[in-house]
Amino acid sequence: MDGFVSLWNMLPEGLQTLIWILVKIVVIVLPLILAVAYLTYAERKIIGYMQIRIGPNRVGPRGWLQPIADTVKAMFKEVVVPTHANRYLFLTAPLLAFAPALAAWAVVPFDEGLVLADINAGLLYILAMTSLGVYGVLIAGWASNSKYALLGSMRVAAQIVAYEIAMGFALVGVLMAAGSLNLSEIVHAQSGGPGQWFAWPLIGLFAVYFISGVAETNRAPFDVAEGESEIVAGFHVEYSGMAFAIFFLAEYANMILISVLTSIMFLGGWLSPFEGTLLESWFAWVPGIVWLGLKTAFFLLLYLWFRATFPRYRYDQIMRLGWKVLIPVTIVWIFGEGIAIALGWQPWLSGGA
Amino acid sequence: MSFSLSSLIPLLPEILLAAMACLVLVVDAFLSDERRAWSWFLSQASLVVALIVLWRVAGEGSLLAFDGQFVLDRLAGLLKAGVLVLALVAFSYSRPWLQERGVFRGEYFVLGLFAVLGMMILISAGSLLVLYLGLELMSLSLYAMVAFMRNDGRASEAAMKYFVLGAIASGMLLYGMSILYGVTGSLDLMEINRILLRAGQVDTAVLFAMAFIIAAIAFKLGAVPFHMWIPDVYQGSPTAVTLFIGSAPKLAAFAMVVRLLVEGLDTAQHQWRDMLMVLVVLSLLVGNLAAIAQTNIKRMLGYSTVSHIGFLLLGFVAGTGAGLAASLFYTLIYAIMALAAFGLIMALSRKGFESEELADFRGLNDRSPWLAGLMLLVMFSMAGVPLTAGFYAKLVVIEAIVEVDLVWLAVFAVVMSVIGAFYYLRVVKLMYFDKPIDEPVPARPVDVEVLLGGNALLVLLLGLMPGLLMTLCRQAVL
Amino acid sequence: MITFNQFVFYLFSAIMVISALRMITVRNPVHAVLHLVLTFFTAAVLWVQLGAEFLGIVLVLVYVGAVMVLFLFVVMMLDINIARMREGFVRFLPVGLVVALIMLGEMLVVLTGRVFRLAPPPMPPAGYSNTEALAGVLYTGYVYPFEIAAFVLLVAIIAAIALTLRRRPGTLHQDPAEQIRVRARDRLRIVKMDAEKRS
Repeated sequence: MDGFVSLWNMLPEGLQTLIWILVKIVVIVLPLILAVAYLTYAERKIIGYMQIRIGPNRVGPRGWLQPIADTVKAMFKEVVVPTHANRYLFLTAPLLAFAPALAAWAVVPFDEGLVLADINAGLLYILAMTSLGVYGVLIAGWASNSKYALLGSMRVAAQIVAYEIAMGFALVGVLMAAGSLNLSEIVHAQSGGPGQWFAWPLIGLFAVYFISGVAETNRAPFDVAEGESEIVAGFHVEYSGMAFAIFFLAEYANMILISVLTSIMFLGGWLSPFEGTLLESWFAWVPGIVWLGLKTAFFLLLYLWFRATFPRYRYDQIMRLGWKVLIPVTIVWIFGEGIAIALGWQPWLSGGA
Repeated sequence: MSFSLSSLIPLLPEILLAAMACLVLVVDAFLSDERRAWSWFLSQASLVVALIVLWRVAGEGSLLAFDGQFVLDRLAGLLKAGVLVLALVAFSYSRPWLQERGVFRGEYFVLGLFAVLGMMILISAGSLLVLYLGLELMSLSLYAMVAFMRNDGRASEAAMKYFVLGAIASGMLLYGMSILYGVTGSLDLMEINRILLRAGQVDTAVLFAMAFIIAAIAFKLGAVPFHMWIPDVYQGSPTAVTLFIGSAPKLAAFAMVVRLLVEGLDTAQHQWRDMLMVLVVLSLLVGNLAAIAQTNIKRMLGYSTVSHIGFLLLGFVAGTGAGLAASLFYTLIYAIMALAAFGLIMALSRKGFESEELADFRGLNDRSPWLAGLMLLVMFSMAGVPLTAGFYAKLVVIEAIVEVDLVWLAVFAVVMSVIGAFYYLRVVKLMYFDKPIDEPVPARPVDVEVLLGGNALLVLLLGLMPGLLMTLCRQAVL
Repeated sequence: MITFNQFVFYLFSAIMVISALRMITVRNPVHAVLHLVLTFFTAAVLWVQLGAEFLGIVLVLVYVGAVMVLFLFVVMMLDINIARMREGFVRFLPVGLVVALIMLGEMLVVLTGRVFRLAPPPMPPAGYSNTEALAGVLYTGYVYPFEIAAFVLLVAIIAAIALTLRRRPGTLHQDPAEQIRVRARDRLRIVKMDAEKRS
């Protein structure tokens, strides 16, 4: 052990920082990928039960090893590059989709002080990172040299740009209520019991944020980018094997990210839901990350539930919903919130003070 | 930093106008085509209200707001009032024209109001940033107005040229401004002047910045060699828009020159006078000579604008207070004349016959002696025939230039205006001595009739009694 | 020995310079746009490193996340013929270079030396958030230009809509509400007729 420490101290300072950062990243990314794997399993099971089927049950007990089997299968499949496709971009695209989905996790606080980078402009950073994911999809569609893929990516581009605005405005409401862009401080601003969570005073923005989140991740009922009934599989028609798997990973990682962020921003993140009640001391032993996990799981369930329930929107309906419903709602809400803060309506909105 | 609502009082006209423009925008969206006149009426009402409020707000001396980013001095008051009145008249002239062509839409008035707002902001600008933003607000609205008859290929082409060249000019202006900011470290025009004064001699970097700023000014004004867009835009735009562009924005451009050169770069006066002199000589030469060759009256008036800009800048070349006052007087008179000229062209046109070729004016006297008489007045005034306002305006400018011993420039200007008289008088000759064309003069609404008559007669009146306006101008530049 | 900060700086500067160069030299317009995106992104990283995190992130958010996406969108849709655009390139290159060199020389002559008197800004104190600082300035001292800028944007919106919105007469579209509201008796007329007599 001592040898290890001295070896560590011998390293130049820059290298030490680098290694430290890498270790932290691995600590976040590995569980994330595992979560993604079992999210796919959960999806198939839950939707299966909703449709009175059983879902995967062959690999391992109750199908628990199914995600592993899928991974192995994806890894050993050939990655087919279509003729006249832009090879370089074709292979870069999945990475461009995946990287921002991971990068956003850097500022997510899992528990009190448990965060990789506690930066001041965390909220903005999240917005910036989620807005980058669209490049992967766009480039995939273009580089595939396929009409369906191009159509799919065009749809995504318009859709994401439209919903990003609503999403950004919803976050402006959170920022005003919390008085900070730092995610940990946003959680702190909601402490003092579930009544203090921003979900109540900002319920309109809460709904808008989650709906836009679903649209941003191209999940049902906003999944026109894939639209298998019209354009086969949209932007990833031409992808196979690992390249496809990475798109898949990115999509599910984004779903989890949106769910975590919704929990942090509107449902008090790692705070216990029993704060300020008699039960608080009974559940004091539960670590905050578990509460966060439960809240996140709830939103993930919503995702799956949507998929099993709603028919897909038509493209013009998506645009109308985004521009003519969600954005006006957020603007009006922010306006009202601004007045509330200026007049000092204290119970919830402490941001201005 | 303390803030009280009363500090916003000097801005009241602008705030009102902005609010009203938004109101017109919203109201217009819910109006049916038959009730579209309400947009027009509301726009006119907002201009009138803004004018009245301006009258109440503007007082003696200069009012500042936002740490001097907003200045309401006498110059600003006079120019803003001018802009509001010109816009009011322009809107009145264009209403029948737009209605007849089925393009009587709210956007024209909304964009017009925003352009007026931009001009007012520009006129009152006390810092580089505000000046630039005001200019952009005005220009952006004007580009859109030029393009708004989008099925007209020529208008689209004109809008494109206007937009691209305008963007280049804005770029130049920004470039010059950023160097100026780099040198002085301030955006406030007064502060910049103070810093440069303290520095003593004029730095090369300041000259460098000034060259860019003057190029941008020349672009916006349309002085040679940056005049290329003027004839195309004047000819290509719908006449209702040409009318608007040809009048009020000149006042704003005048304010821009005063704010940037006279207030901000006063220390480099000697240098900018030399630069402007080149522009003046070229503008007078090219504007007047090229106008002779035109067959389209809108294009001809475009080139005549270029030469008028030359005269307008003469006052700045003189560099004295009297020169500035003369320049201001010239600008106001020019805007009034341009308004009347384009108003008359519009009054003679109907759907399918734009009356914009010179040949369309043949024998106007036989068809409508009244309109021919008004046109005669305007053309005489533009040419600088004695007893008209145009003559007096030219006279004071040349007086100012002679006073600073630039006799050669004065002689040159006189020679050029004599050459220029040729093409104005050609219009008169066409109207009075040629065989009439077979084209009835359309009827006009009462308000247009009254305003047109008043406008053209004002040209005569101001020529006979220039004293009051001249006094106002002198007070404004002091 | 360079520090970690310096290493990051040099790494990203190198990427930025290379991608900026590539942006103007690649043949494919889509690649050019992507290189531009990369340039923006690395520039943002450098800003963040300088402590201007707000500007850096907003650069990514606005330019990379929105403007360039739309730009890429347009470039992908257009079929740009590069060969034709390049035809004049070689012919005009020398002229362009000469002009550029002259301008560069002039600028160097004028702008070198101690012209810009701004002292380097002091290092910010600890706990300083430039997001807050910017907001503080923007909404107090510069609120007037800020509001004017808002109006400029409003005019841009109006202009864009006025110039592009077309109501085409005679287009066919469905209105589901109308379709559902339809009753049989609105469309169907039952006519009583006497039975024909057999002749």
